[in-house]
Amino acid sequence: MSVVRTIAIKEFRDGLRNRWVVAITIVFALLAIGIAYFGPAASGTVGFASLATTVVSLASLAVFLIPLIALMLAYDSIVGERELGTLLLVLSYPISRRQLIVGKFFGHGAIMAVSTVVGFGAAGLLIAGLTRQLANPEFWGAFGLFIVSATLLGLVFVGIAYLISVSVSEKSKAAGIALVVWFGFVIVFDLALLGVLVVTRGAVGDVGRTIFPYLLLLNPTDMFRAANLIGFSTVRSYVGLANSVNGGVLSPVVLIGGLLVWIVVPLWLAVRRFRRQEM
Amino acid sequence: MNTTAIELTHLRKAFGPLQALDDVSLTVPEGQIWGLLGHNGAGKTTLMKHLLGLLVPTGGEVRVLGRSPTGSDARALRREVGYLPETVAFYPELTGREILKYFARLKDVAPSQCERMLADVELTDAADRRARTYSNGMRQRLGLAQAMLGHPRLLLLDEPTAGLDPIATQRFYRKVKQLAGEGVSILLSSHILAGVERHVDRVAILGSGKLLAAGTLGELRARVRLPVVIRVRLSGAISEWPAVAGEEGRAAKRIGDGEFEFRVPEQGKLYLLQQLTARDDVVDLSVMPPTLDDVYAHYCGVSEQAPTASAEGAEQ
Repeated sequence: MSVVRTIAIKEFRDGLRNRWVVAITIVFALLAIGIAYFGPAASGTVGFASLATTVVSLASLAVFLIPLIALMLAYDSIVGERELGTLLLVLSYPISRRQLIVGKFFGHGAIMAVSTVVGFGAAGLLIAGLTRQLANPEFWGAFGLFIVSATLLGLVFVGIAYLISVSVSEKSKAAGIALVVWFGFVIVFDLALLGVLVVTRGAVGDVGRTIFPYLLLLNPTDMFRAANLIGFSTVRSYVGLANSVNGGVLSPVVLIGGLLVWIVVPLWLAVRRFRRQEM
Repeated sequence: MNTTAIELTHLRKAFGPLQALDDVSLTVPEGQIWGLLGHNGAGKTTLMKHLLGLLVPTGGEVRVLGRSPTGSDARALRREVGYLPETVAFYPELTGREILKYFARLKDVAPSQCERMLADVELTDAADRRARTYSNGMRQRLGLAQAMLGHPRLLLLDEPTAGLDPIATQRFYRKVKQLAGEGVSILLSSHILAGVERHVDRVAILGSGKLLAAGTLGELRARVRLPVVIRVRLSGAISEWPAVAGEEGRAAKRIGDGEFEFRVPEQGKLYLLQQLTARDDVVDLSVMPPTLDDVYAHYCGVSEQAPTASAEGAEQ
């Protein structure tokens, strides 16, 4: 276990050294504060608005940003060392490939978690203070769920980044694939889903409604979005997505569990693929 | 201590249609220094990667310190092996000390050992500089330091002296000798032959994935029956060998004014020397046994030429 810790600490320190942690934290904090303040601009006012509006708009922006940051952070973790030549040396040491990937995951995961918790947490404190909600359990419940699910979403894409990283032999290729994967999850998937929805609704009536919630489980970004929407009854009415969640199939517990599965599976696949490789 | 450091039996490795290693059988007892020689692409690095379990044989068997490097206790085995890859690279943003400490932790070695290692390779002064600022030689020395972490029983050094200046090379070989004296088995690969022969107990020559020869230099020499070269300088700028009566009509090749060269088989050497030293016109005389270069050239099928300048240098 100490080997895993050694690798994790190195990755985390690298993250501190090259300012990843600071940069992500600041981006998250600014994003949260900016959205909380300017969010209601569409309705003609500026200033901190209702909790529901804040969290929902925050979630719908974070859903683009977090996967992108996590992929950028981790896409080169194996292929980068392979290109540099250190991978060969590291693998000649008494460590297993699983330990290497798991150690790196803990390191990069800590970078994502610390940045998310500190960045959004600090922003949350500021917003709560300015809107006099510091003692409001509803605020912290919703914001807490947002932070937890945001962290998990980050970890999901760190795992996916590893799967990409072990599968290719060039850094540039990994970067390209990471971008395509990001695009696929945050944009293409939803568009495709929408298309399917439109078609099936027209053709087979209610079927789309029963399948739809399960289709969301195929995409971790949708699970994240859903987890942050269903908490607010007021939101459900004007976010179409929430309608299908209404059926009760997708509770926060299911969605968080789904995200955990989405963390473990790509990571496990990455280890499996990495193990079979010759150096 | 009955185990052998390395035992390869009919090791075969194919990358697609390419036979990278072709039926290599080799036994390296513990405590010896072996030179693994061959051209670039002869299979030296591929062989080392098999010893580390980084490659899986297509056929045959690999045993390192009596165990399989791809078996269930491969990790424990790697704790007893030190490896210096060819053109070693490190994390550019970390300092030499940080890098060495990281590797020490990966090998479960006390970080305190790092300072001694750094001193050993004379990197103490540069230990707090980032590895990105290191010269090739410094990187190579840091590579040696990490390979020696944790007192390995077997050291695999891939082109260890590439990029080292002559002083550092000498220092390196002194360290190798010292480690061998402590019972460490060492396999070092090189495509530069000059100088290697003095520092290794035995050599294995690889060519196109095949093991061409293995043994002590003396054994290999005897096996290939290469001639001893004797060079003679006579007084005066004579252009033709003035044979003295009773001397056999030996082929004396003129290589300069008054300078001649003989190539005789090992067993004819003493007789010729007696004859030569009996003459009163011989000013200077040198005897050059076949060098590693010659043996190597023979095995690698390079046509036999006069010993090259580097071979002479190596012999003196």
